[in-house]
Amino acid sequence: MNKPMPAHNIGGYVPMIDGPEKVSGRAKYTADILRPGQLAGRIYRSPYSHAEIVSVDVSEALKLPGVKAVVTGSDCDKGFGVLPIARTEYPLARDKVRYRGEPVAAVAAIDDATARKALRHIKMTVRELPAYYTAKDALAPGAAQLHDKKPGNIERDVQFELGSTEQGFAEADLVLEGTYNCAEVCQNQMEMHAAVAEYDAERERMTVHASTQVPYYVHLMLSQILGMEMSRIRVIKPHVGGGFGCRTETLNVELIAALLARKANGTVRIVTNREETFITHRGRPETDIKLKIGMRKDGRITAVECECDQRGGAHSGYGVVTILYAGSMLYAIYDLHNVKYLGRRVLTNTPPCGAFRGHGTVDIRFAFESLVDELARGLEIDPFSVRRANLLRAPTFTDNDLMVNSYGLPECLDWVENESGWKKRKGKLSDGSGLWRKGLGMACSHYISGASKPVNWTGEPHATVKIKLDFDGSIVVLSGAADIGQGSTTILAQTVAEVLGLDLARVRVVTGDSEVVPKDNGSYSSRVTFMVGNAALDAARNLKAALVNAAARKLEAKPEDIECLGEIYRAGAQDKGATFDEVVTEALKDTGTITVTGNYSTIPASHGGKKYRGAAIGGTMGYSYSAQVVEVTVDEDTGVVTVDKVWVAHDCGKALNRLTVEGQVQGSVWMGMGQAMSEEAAYYDGLMLTANMLDYRVPTIQDSPPIEVGIVESNDPHGPFGAKEAGEGSLAAFLPALTNAIADAIGIRFNDLPVTPDRVFEAIEKRRRERGKKRAV
Amino acid sequence: MPRVVAYSLNGRGRVDAVADNLLLLDYLREIVGLTGTKTGCDGGECGACTVLVDGTPTLSCLTLISRIQGKRVETIEALGHDGHLSAVQRGFHEKLGSQCGYCTPGFIMASVGLLRKNPNPSDAEILEALGSNICRCTGYVKIVEAVKYAMGLGKQGVAP
Repeated sequence: MNKPMPAHNIGGYVPMIDGPEKVSGRAKYTADILRPGQLAGRIYRSPYSHAEIVSVDVSEALKLPGVKAVVTGSDCDKGFGVLPIARTEYPLARDKVRYRGEPVAAVAAIDDATARKALRHIKMTVRELPAYYTAKDALAPGAAQLHDKKPGNIERDVQFELGSTEQGFAEADLVLEGTYNCAEVCQNQMEMHAAVAEYDAERERMTVHASTQVPYYVHLMLSQILGMEMSRIRVIKPHVGGGFGCRTETLNVELIAALLARKANGTVRIVTNREETFITHRGRPETDIKLKIGMRKDGRITAVECECDQRGGAHSGYGVVTILYAGSMLYAIYDLHNVKYLGRRVLTNTPPCGAFRGHGTVDIRFAFESLVDELARGLEIDPFSVRRANLLRAPTFTDNDLMVNSYGLPECLDWVENESGWKKRKGKLSDGSGLWRKGLGMACSHYISGASKPVNWTGEPHATVKIKLDFDGSIVVLSGAADIGQGSTTILAQTVAEVLGLDLARVRVVTGDSEVVPKDNGSYSSRVTFMVGNAALDAARNLKAALVNAAARKLEAKPEDIECLGEIYRAGAQDKGATFDEVVTEALKDTGTITVTGNYSTIPASHGGKKYRGAAIGGTMGYSYSAQVVEVTVDEDTGVVTVDKVWVAHDCGKALNRLTVEGQVQGSVWMGMGQAMSEEAAYYDGLMLTANMLDYRVPTIQDSPPIEVGIVESNDPHGPFGAKEAGEGSLAAFLPALTNAIADAIGIRFNDLPVTPDRVFEAIEKRRRERGKKRAV
Repeated sequence: MPRVVAYSLNGRGRVDAVADNLLLLDYLREIVGLTGTKTGCDGGECGACTVLVDGTPTLSCLTLISRIQGKRVETIEALGHDGHLSAVQRGFHEKLGSQCGYCTPGFIMASVGLLRKNPNPSDAEILEALGSNICRCTGYVKIVEAVKYAMGLGKQGVAP
């Protein structure tokens, strides 16, 4: 007889449990919902960048046969926004429009053609105001204010100095400064924003299907915007085609669909087009950075001074948090003291930016790792040695009170250094002949595993998971965590199956319907594996305890003597034991269907500091770490940079699923590549010029390099099975690793992103001209 | 003016009266209800809507249903191997060529089109065949692995 063994479900390569639906076309996304008699919704958007609204005349649109409802700003006077302190945005503009493309009115009609036609009958009259498309222009003295309560068009300024930078710079052997510009970028997830709102006029209930990362926020905002009790609202999250942060906020599309459905007493589907999805935005702001770093000869960083201006767009969105992250996350990767930060989040007449993968940390990390590379060069120290000279020693708290318990950065550095052959190959890739130059660059980055304090602090646990076990012996996990393609549903199933020692096939996960699943704070800032994973762990342990008690009764033994082997529970090695199904039957005798709850709350020490206003931002239970080496070939004749290969090591604490960790890390690196090399949201007179997938240049499969992933497991003491985040931390390091590699290849450093072929070509030409001049002299 | 079109959809003959200007994509999704084919852009930019027309990967967002007369259309819903996933579907599932899944039907149909014609493509041929499909999740590394895995399954007789 084979010895009974519990099944193992973590640490391997596990395909996603919802994969078969996705590869067969059966997975339903919001736009795939077709209800009999549903109406098509369309949004009328402002053609003006900044204007006072005099009137919005929809009378002609309403007369059109087939039009069922029209809504404007007069239908809703409540603001919305992710941060309770900044709900300045209306689903449909009132009084003022602040960017081109801001929703002003919306139509529900019997079909899409009629709805589009109706939009052409809407007349908007305005008094135009001066508009500002750059942070500099919006900050200029005398500039008109976008929002009454925001003088100088500053959404938020952040200032802190911890330690003394003056003293720190005095101790340095080399001090360098750099200025950096990172273009605005968009998530551009494959699924365009969509919402289906079903209003039940008879019962006065609203059901909204939304392509969101946080159904709970949508629920809150719907209640506020509609003036409806939350208990009358149901939010359903179908499959979601990516998010990367733009769907952490409730979007106007979801709210407008609901306003239309209620007015039409019916069902309204809005599917935005790609241009509207771009304009709905919530991407990474254009960022200008001035950075100054002092370093000793041994590579120790002695002081850091950083100024950061973000062009936030017309509304706050996540803006306050983004500018705070940019400052706080200077810390928690290296051992820094003497840091000064000045951040400004600026309001401009462009679409509102938001929380893009790596929220707030990416552009700052680009600047930091670029300047550190220059300092290493200046002091003639290897870039790896410089990082090693500044490592943290976990467990520790940073100067800004961030708690670091596990720290796999040293192992990440070792892995990429070895795998890339750095020591042997650095500086020896090009022989200097021909027009091709090769180079190697490296950099590091980090990210949080969920913000320790949720945006909406209610006193509840950070995460709650329920498990239901019934007569059929199937385990049903109920969770509000939104799987948006990152594989969180699979992780929850694996976690529960692991604790119970059962085959993954026994576990089903139900998510995404507020009527069924517990509330969840949502899929953002890489919180799900850590927070919801821990809640799932707790729930599974509670279920196991109930089953062990039942097995003890059945086997007439003490619970502490019961051994759980998954499909068999037994009292000692000689005991034949009881099957899982028998134990379930016994367990149900007292209570009927079993439901257990699992909770997770973060510890107060992780909540960040109080040394400056907003210092809690950056606090997390665990930071992930990443190191990267990028190899490039630069064609000096055309300026084309080819990424030949990327080596990336990511400390995710413990890889619960190596397949999805690899997928997340590769996706992060690649998304960093898009930002570094080709992606840029450009405007003309406030009109987004790149609002399509040809002009907004996402790398294709032919542009994309092999990405070799090394998984580093630092076993976080608080993470579920030791796990931390894997989905964001590796993005930021790509950007500086690339420009460091280009600098290595051709001796030219690019501080402005994206590094497009025309910029590279221009820089090479400029150097040729200068060298020519020198020769002429 | 509506036009009558007779053609084959996923192996079954079908006759429909369709508007002259109706796109194959909108027809499949909104009229037939085959929502596996996805809309990802405003026309010809992303490849999410790729279907096979007479075996050739075709952007259904740039094709009129009225021009499909007498042709053979295959969508993601038609794939399979004896009730199980087809080789390419298994590749994308087991090797994580699919994360959010939204671009997946387009990538799978483009891959099926390739592997039916050329069961042993080189790396360059794979990249070329998938060069007009955009994925925002994977960085494409595992998509290439998925197609190669499907090639191996194909050798064991699993339909692409």
